[in-house]
Amino acid sequence: MLIFVFFLHITIRILLTVAQLCIVGSGPAGFYTAQHLLKNCPTLEIDMIEKLPVPFGLVRYGVAPDHPDVKNVINTFTAIAKSGRLQFVGNVTVGKDVTLNDLRNAYDVVVLAYGAAQDRWLGISGENLCNVVSARKFVGWYNGLPEESHLKFDLDAETVVIIGQGNVALDIARILLTPIDMLKKTDIAQHALEALSQSKIKNVKIVGRRGPLQVAFTIKELREMIKLPGNSYRIHLENPEYIDACLPKTSRPRKRLTELMLQSSSMKRSEEDSSKQWELIFHRTPIKIVGDSNANKVNGLVVGINHLTGDDWENPQVEDTGLRETIPCGMILKSIGYKSLPLSDELPFDHAKGIIRQTEGRVEGMQGVFCSGWVASGPVGVIASTMQSGHDVGKRIIEDLKNGIVGTGTRKPGRDAILSQLEARNVEPVTFVEWEALDNEERERGKYQKKPREKIVDVREMIDIAKKGQS
Amino acid sequence: MISVTFVNRDGDSMKVKAKVGDTFLDAAINNDVDLEGFGACEGTLSCSTCHIIFKKEDFDKLPDKPSDEEMDMLDLAYGLCDTSRLGCQITLTESMDGIVVTVPAQVADARNR
Ligand SMILES: Cc1cc2nc3c(=O)[nH]c(=O)nc-3n(C[C@H](O)[C@H](O)[C@H](O)COP(=O)(O)OP(=O)(O)OC[C@H]3O[C@@H](n4cnc5c(N)ncnc54)[C@H](O)[C@@H]3O)c2cc1C
Ligand code: FES
Repeated sequence: MLIFVFFLHITIRILLTVAQLCIVGSGPAGFYTAQHLLKNCPTLEIDMIEKLPVPFGLVRYGVAPDHPDVKNVINTFTAIAKSGRLQFVGNVTVGKDVTLNDLRNAYDVVVLAYGAAQDRWLGISGENLCNVVSARKFVGWYNGLPEESHLKFDLDAETVVIIGQGNVALDIARILLTPIDMLKKTDIAQHALEALSQSKIKNVKIVGRRGPLQVAFTIKELREMIKLPGNSYRIHLENPEYIDACLPKTSRPRKRLTELMLQSSSMKRSEEDSSKQWELIFHRTPIKIVGDSNANKVNGLVVGINHLTGDDWENPQVEDTGLRETIPCGMILKSIGYKSLPLSDELPFDHAKGIIRQTEGRVEGMQGVFCSGWVASGPVGVIASTMQSGHDVGKRIIEDLKNGIVGTGTRKPGRDAILSQLEARNVEPVTFVEWEALDNEERERGKYQKKPREKIVDVREMIDIAKKGQS
Repeated sequence: MISVTFVNRDGDSMKVKAKVGDTFLDAAINNDVDLEGFGACEGTLSCSTCHIIFKKEDFDKLPDKPSDEEMDMLDLAYGLCDTSRLGCQITLTESMDGIVVTVPAQVADARNR
């Protein structure tokens, strides 16, 4: 029996040693999946393929510049990348430079952790007018995401409407309203800082379809808004008695969040220094966006006023009262969620939800292919929940390797096969050491501006600096 | 030095020596306590992954009440209960010698709300 256990152990070790594994995407889902695998399979090595020349996904390009502490996770990711057992292969887009099929031929296990970087559409008229922008693009713009950095917005409007009431909506509102002297000290992209310093925006209306008990933002973000210097606010609670009555039925987080709204809505803030204002407006469904036909520019949002019915306060029915109103504004930011796209036709995909079809991270009908993070769950949850997803999928992969469900066929060629394909296609992969050269340059440039870093936003320039630092 | 025991997600106990004046997070990090993902934001009150659960009698004796900011972050923690706190916000004192805290089974699951 002992001998049997011993041999079983050896076989598992060999299996885990020779298994070739790659992860697509270098955001939290990719890194936390890698963390679990590397820790629990001491001989395993992993390749991490990333579309951009730089790692870290939305930690670099989503998390707001005034939330530097959230980005501390980068230190853990860097330690993982420098463990000697993870090879970062940046500047390679799966689905374009290599296909999912290429990866499946080269590796025993492919983990898709490529996030959710597409916009949802409202599907109403006027969405194409100038100054109607998706939150995703706007966030990409102020965070220096290469593909959005060229965008030009007209920040001359006094009133902006944000559609949606999640944390991204509050991030955007905060960036629009924070005194510029505070933003200057963050790693916000220089082009955004310049544009925002000229901004005439005074009033930001954050509009939601449902009521205060259904908002998706969390209390930390709301408290930040309430404390935002130079701003006053209005929280339009239409039926505080109803909310009061529901409170005992809610969970602690929901209760504390709602109580903060109730308290704040009745409290008048001293308005001596508040030249700007934000508002939370509930029960409004966007119907159409209207514009000035000459300038092709937005000048208002028509909303339907609704009320909520049903006993389930968490998921009430939204009923249209038939009443309409127009909220005048010069800019509309749509913060109604992100979604994913399939990176290959054969990938089983739920197009309505914008996620890969999977059970416990195992992609349906594709042995050896797994997924974790936002591409699996949809764009919900903070980094901590994405961490959980990554660790869980890591566990499933180890189970499947141990049980011989994956990694048992003929020996796979691994990284070399992919690298030679890339070379043949003239793609220049960027390594982690090369990224560190770029990272240093960004920090250096930041010093001049008294910022933690100045992000470089041109992909060609990024690659050149990364490669030059190496020679 | 005092002793602190962390009970991990699988129910295993890990007893470590820790300095008075350090936080629970410091104690876990300095002793390499095997808690995957614990303390992701490095003690800056930005993540909730350092969530620990106290026994009621220990909880009642904790010197400081949580700040609003700690409560806000705790609200995102998975398995939140009445005796939950964030490990990076609590400083170890002499009287905590021998204390046992539990790290809940999952770090966080904001997906369910
Ligand atoms: C605006 C915004 C602000 C946020 N702020 C916070 C916050 O303050 N605190 C917090 O805890 N959470 C925050 N979050 C949530 C957090 O960012 C997510 O939970 C987390 O980033 C999801 O991780 P992921 O790895 O699934 O996706 P991502 O972080 O998006 O990573 C996916 C990676 O895959 C790469 N990729 C995409 N397509 C391909 C391809 N075809 N080939 C190769 N690579 C590809 C991408 O470039 C990216 O690097 C925020 C999210 C957003 C959108
Ligand atoms: S370590 Fe992040 S909140 Fe304590």
